[in-house]
Amino acid sequence: MSLLEIRNLHARVGGREILKGIDLTIQPGEVHAIMGPNGSGKSTLAQVLSGRDLYEVTGGEVLFDGRNLLELSPEDRAREGIFLAFQYPVEIPGVSNLYFLKAALNTIRKHKGLPELDAMDFLGVVQEKMALMEMDESLLNRAVNTGFSGGEKKRNEIFQMAVLEPRFAILDETDSGLDIDALKIVANGVNSLRSPERSMLVVTHYQRLLNYIVPDFVHVLAEGRIVKSGDKNLALELEETGYAGLEEAEAFERA
Amino acid sequence: MTSVAEQPNPYLANFPAFAARISGQAWTQRLRESAIERFAELGFPTTRDEEWRFTNVAPIARAAFEPAAYTPHAITPEQLDRRLFADSSACRLVFVNGHFAAELSCAGKMPAGVRTGSLARVLAEQPALVEPHLARYAAFENHAFVALNTALWEDGGFVWVPKGVVVEAPIHLVFVSTGGAPPAVSHPRTLIVAERASQVTIVESYLGPGGEGYFTNPVTEISTGEGAIVDHYKLQREGDDAFHVGTVQAQLGRSANFTSHSISLGGALVRSDTNAVLSEGTEVTLNGFYLAAGRQHVDHHIAVDHAKPHGASHELYKGILDGKASAVFNGRILVRKDAQKTDAKQTNKNLVLSEDAVINTKPELQIYADDVRCTHGATIGQLDPEGIFYLQSRGIGKEEARDLLTYAFARDVIDRIRVEPLRERLEQVLFERLHDHRQ
Ligand SMILES: Nc1ncnc2c1ncn2[C@@H]1O[C@H](COP(=O)(O)OP(=O)(O)OP(=O)(O)O)[C@@H](O)[C@H]1O
Ligand SMILES: [Mg+2]
Repeated sequence: MSLLEIRNLHARVGGREILKGIDLTIQPGEVHAIMGPNGSGKSTLAQVLSGRDLYEVTGGEVLFDGRNLLELSPEDRAREGIFLAFQYPVEIPGVSNLYFLKAALNTIRKHKGLPELDAMDFLGVVQEKMALMEMDESLLNRAVNTGFSGGEKKRNEIFQMAVLEPRFAILDETDSGLDIDALKIVANGVNSLRSPERSMLVVTHYQRLLNYIVPDFVHVLAEGRIVKSGDKNLALELEETGYAGLEEAEAFERA
Repeated sequence: MTSVAEQPNPYLANFPAFAARISGQAWTQRLRESAIERFAELGFPTTRDEEWRFTNVAPIARAAFEPAAYTPHAITPEQLDRRLFADSSACRLVFVNGHFAAELSCAGKMPAGVRTGSLARVLAEQPALVEPHLARYAAFENHAFVALNTALWEDGGFVWVPKGVVVEAPIHLVFVSTGGAPPAVSHPRTLIVAERASQVTIVESYLGPGGEGYFTNPVTEISTGEGAIVDHYKLQREGDDAFHVGTVQAQLGRSANFTSHSISLGGALVRSDTNAVLSEGTEVTLNGFYLAAGRQHVDHHIAVDHAKPHGASHELYKGILDGKASAVFNGRILVRKDAQKTDAKQTNKNLVLSEDAVINTKPELQIYADDVRCTHGATIGQLDPEGIFYLQSRGIGKEEARDLLTYAFARDVIDRIRVEPLRERLEQVLFERLHDHRQ
């Protein structure tokens, strides 16, 4: 069975239709990349899959592991194994990274029927993942994302993903604003989480990321629809021609 | 101001009998008389008075409170222990309905020379310790409730720390009301004197039963000598139907360091004034936290008077409002002509959890010196939906996410509490209260 199946998904925000019929099927273990111009609806898709109520689903369905995803609350989706690395991670002053992540991990473990981790065991898990992400342990005692640099925020997202071990991760422009060293660390973290059971949807503007996180499929999202799909070479092609070229080709094909 | 309606004012009517009963010095009798006279002139304030615009004390003015009786057996030491935010070994002076309860109090281990106890007793035994201070700081000319307290107080805490002495363990002053019919009023009066270069931490707690419309009207005067360090906590946890109108007045010496924390959790109608008068180089920190739900009304008025140069005052008040609660924050900063190089900062932040809750926040700056730094800011906000979603997206339930963010809002002001058992119990109560609000 496919892990995620999106069928003819429509969604609107602020009274405007943004997603205009998305179809996408993702099998366990696959990594799909989504590229597309600014405002094409990439983040909207990511947020809709995570359950942000700001976005209203007006049509279509999403099955996760065969279950209707759209009827679940955001927290239940997370507990079922969906993870979103935010394009703009939210600052939460007054809540320490450590407390936050422990609460998150233990809720998810409880949901899975696993015993909650005590402070010591949790610290063990966290230290291992921090080393993987080459993060300074002092970040644990700081408030979530508060005063973090752009790169630290993005790393923190992947670090959380490494701790929470989701079945399906959406990375929304995790590469934006990263220098090449940070990009390699992030990609390394992501690759270490690749497994035959775990799937990912990687949103990016840059082919560069896909040199490190090599996708099984690449899709182009434009004006709320997937207008083209292919393998990793599609990303290279886009790098050359840009989306404009693609749109012209589309128009030519349709004519 | 209008004085109370046509019916005879019970405070005035009862005063002669009270004055005959209460023992004291000639000067305290004169003080009481002039205070009750002033109260008779002032009457209770109304919302036409600028200082009371958003706090209607008509329910207090209307009620015919009886003077609260001495009933020390209404509460056992064990009950008290459970209700206090302190470890049981702490030095504490307990007052029940405004009367000193020796059997519930313990002196604790105090450094030599420190004097703690009942103000009434110290006044009787060593009036010379009291006379230079009592009613010298908390002015009653323009404050009807301070006038009432000054006229009618029976007892309260007395703490005197001599020159250079450091008292490490906090001293707890506990004011318990027992409620009962008819509703009663107490006027606890506390005097704290910290001499030159001394150091002391005082925790004042006010508590009482729920469902009882009693009234507590305390006044605390604090006087510090040069370079003294005083950390003062006022923890207001009156019963949910109670009235509380209190004033803390601090007169601070040169280079003294005064920190006040005003924490307001209980009461139906609460007004809490904290006033500080600074000398040269005095440092004042005023922290406040209020949590109100249901139909609670909580009014904090704070005032710092920069009378001399080089003073610093930092104020941080934070409030969480839910249900139909209302709150007032009024922060007055007076920088007198001489007070050059003053550094004053005021912040008031409010988190409003429901649509029906109301907050009135107002800075009141009066600056007559030209070389000063003075900043102020007030915010009123809701929980951040992005933050809630972010937490949810990690598996944390929506309600828990809301609690976490609410708690996080209060975090910095609670972290400033240096008395550990107090901070821990407060964190706990906060979590419980947040939880209850949702039920
Ligand atoms: N909360 C919102 N309210 C109103 N309009 C919104 C909101 N969120 C997104 N939009 C609009 O929806 C459209 C799609 O936005 P979305 O963020 O999904 O694009 P994107 O493909 O992720 O773009 P980018 O590459 O810039 O991140 C944009 O036109 C945007 O302005
Ligand atoms: Mg986006």
